[in-house]
Amino acid sequence: MKTPPRQPRPAARRRPAKLWQLRLYVMDQTPKSVMALANLKQVCETHLKGRYRITVIDLAKQPQLARGDQILAIPTVVRKLPSPVRTIIGNLSDTELLLVGLDLRLAV
Amino acid sequence: MKKPRPRSSAPKTGLPKCPTGIQGLDEITSGGLPRGRPTLVCGGAGCGKTLLAAEFLVRGAVEFGEPGVLMAFEETEAELKANVASLGFDLDGLVRRKKIVVDYVHIERSEVQESGAYDLEGLFVRLGHAIDSVGAKRVVLDTLEVLFSSLPNEAVLRAELQRLFRWLKDKGVTAVITAERGRESLTRHGLEEYVSDCVIVLDHRVNDQIATRHLRVVKYRGTLHGTNEFPFLIGEDGISVLPITSLSLNHTVSSERIATGIPRLDAMLGGRGFFRGSSILLTGTPGTGKTIISANFAQAAARRGERVLFFSFEESPAQIIRNMHSIGLRLEPHVKRGLLRFHSARPSLYGLEMHLATMFKEIAAFQPHVVIIDPITSLMGSGTDSEGKGMVTRLIDYLKAGQVTSLFTSLTQGGHALQQSEAAMSSLMDSWILLQDFEGNGERNRVLYVLKARGMAHSNQIREFLISDRGVDVVDAYIGASGVLTGSARAAQNALEKAAVLASQQEAARLKREVERKRAAIDRQISGLRSDYESESAELRRIAEQVGTSTLMLTSERAASGILRQADAKVGASAPGRPKHGRKL
Repeated sequence: MKTPPRQPRPAARRRPAKLWQLRLYVMDQTPKSVMALANLKQVCETHLKGRYRITVIDLAKQPQLARGDQILAIPTVVRKLPSPVRTIIGNLSDTELLLVGLDLRLAV
Repeated sequence: MKKPRPRSSAPKTGLPKCPTGIQGLDEITSGGLPRGRPTLVCGGAGCGKTLLAAEFLVRGAVEFGEPGVLMAFEETEAELKANVASLGFDLDGLVRRKKIVVDYVHIERSEVQESGAYDLEGLFVRLGHAIDSVGAKRVVLDTLEVLFSSLPNEAVLRAELQRLFRWLKDKGVTAVITAERGRESLTRHGLEEYVSDCVIVLDHRVNDQIATRHLRVVKYRGTLHGTNEFPFLIGEDGISVLPITSLSLNHTVSSERIATGIPRLDAMLGGRGFFRGSSILLTGTPGTGKTIISANFAQAAARRGERVLFFSFEESPAQIIRNMHSIGLRLEPHVKRGLLRFHSARPSLYGLEMHLATMFKEIAAFQPHVVIIDPITSLMGSGTDSEGKGMVTRLIDYLKAGQVTSLFTSLTQGGHALQQSEAAMSSLMDSWILLQDFEGNGERNRVLYVLKARGMAHSNQIREFLISDRGVDVVDAYIGASGVLTGSARAAQNALEKAAVLASQQEAARLKREVERKRAAIDRQISGLRSDYESESAELRRIAEQVGTSTLMLTSERAASGILRQADAKVGASAPGRPKHGRKL
């Protein structure tokens, strides 16, 4: 399920501190999960073009991974980098709240 | 509580139960929690919810071979392990041996941003994974309600919790969900709406500065259960619930008799002492020698090679040993040999239930033949009357079931009211010995009598009870016209009696002497009279002889004169003057 975008690599090399690592926890291909991934990608493309990497973790396949990031809600996005860790739950349909959650408003 | 037992043993009609292994709880719920269903345990802070849940899990894994999952929302795994380790549970070891999975679920609300719709599938996944990884049959969700404060959307949460409980039922696991007690409802967030099979309420109350925990099964669908509030304790080896009503009067009884250590007291008790396994009450006002009799009893038992457990609520072991030394009772050799064990605690140290549990534990560990509780009254003071009686009942019940002879001392305030106040407790006792002070003559003396002794012919006499540096002795009290005499009055009475005896002996001797003297006097008189008589009769004989000779002489004279004067002889014989002499003869 890993979908590392190929293009941002050169950009990441230029400004390594600004590389965003995001994890998206989903459960199968439920509508909420699909929608969350689409929403996340869209926001990242808009605000973090070339500076992000999204790792999708399907808990249906890897249930043991839920413990590490204290996942309860599905879908959940965890911003691993830059620190501090931030968590956004939901299908990310509310872009405004997603930006607040990712602390992207300042970065914009 | 007697009724549900046969029900639970009826295999087909009964609801399947999941034994908790918690002392007493299985009795109340007649077999345990509903198997395959969730049970709600609610209570305020510090009630022992987490411990109850943890014990359910640990006992399940250790005693019933049912692995479990502990999902903790409040405490971390390390904290939990440390907390339950204090109860002697090796949670760490169980986790390593894959018997229990501990999952700490934590969400910091400030770090979570909500955006759009979500569900709690992650919780299900985690729980499901944990259950599958050890094949868990038991699940504990420790304070699920924390989620209400960490997740922003309550509507979602409620819907998901409802789904969770259904899911748990589908999984077939027996779950315990703990929840904080609410002000008006059972739980703060109304979890009882979702968990409706079994609800247990824990409570921690302070009564007269002593806190006691209580447990109540509010609801248990499909089964009979004890609805009372039962006190429970968190001891060193877990929780124990103490069902007051678990009494059954079907102890086996022994007809063996055991000596009291005071021969004269044995004599009063049908000659052979108490029955083994009976309960004995020793009441008395302060300073009447209750502890001394107890110590004697303990020593006698230890000498027979029996184990004695001495619960002292007033004196420390060292103090008892020293004090008994003063009456020539040496207890320390028995302590060293491991036959006598003291357990001293202040009654106010903890609540009645805790005392009882501690005593149960000590008894179970030491397996004594004789248990002495000195005094039971100070212990009963730390609870209400009904609690106190309940406790004594349970204790006696427990001891009798194990054929343990129990001796309770009871401090009374004096006067006759004591018999009334003790009446409630005495009905539980097989033998009752009363110690009393007799005041009089400027001194106090101890007396003892056997008020009752079930199953034996006992003395109805009041005996004086003496304590000296050579031990104790029971002696006859003097009973006379002026009542019971004890102490110096008894001694004085004894002396008086002795003096009286002496006096009468002397009087008899005097009388004897007098009689002797009289007899001697009479003898003397008799012999005097006899000598008089003899002298008189001798005189008489002499006179008679004289008369005889004189008559002979006269006759011969007359004959001679007649010869001389023949004519006159005939006249002279018939002469009036002469016959006078002859008539006198």
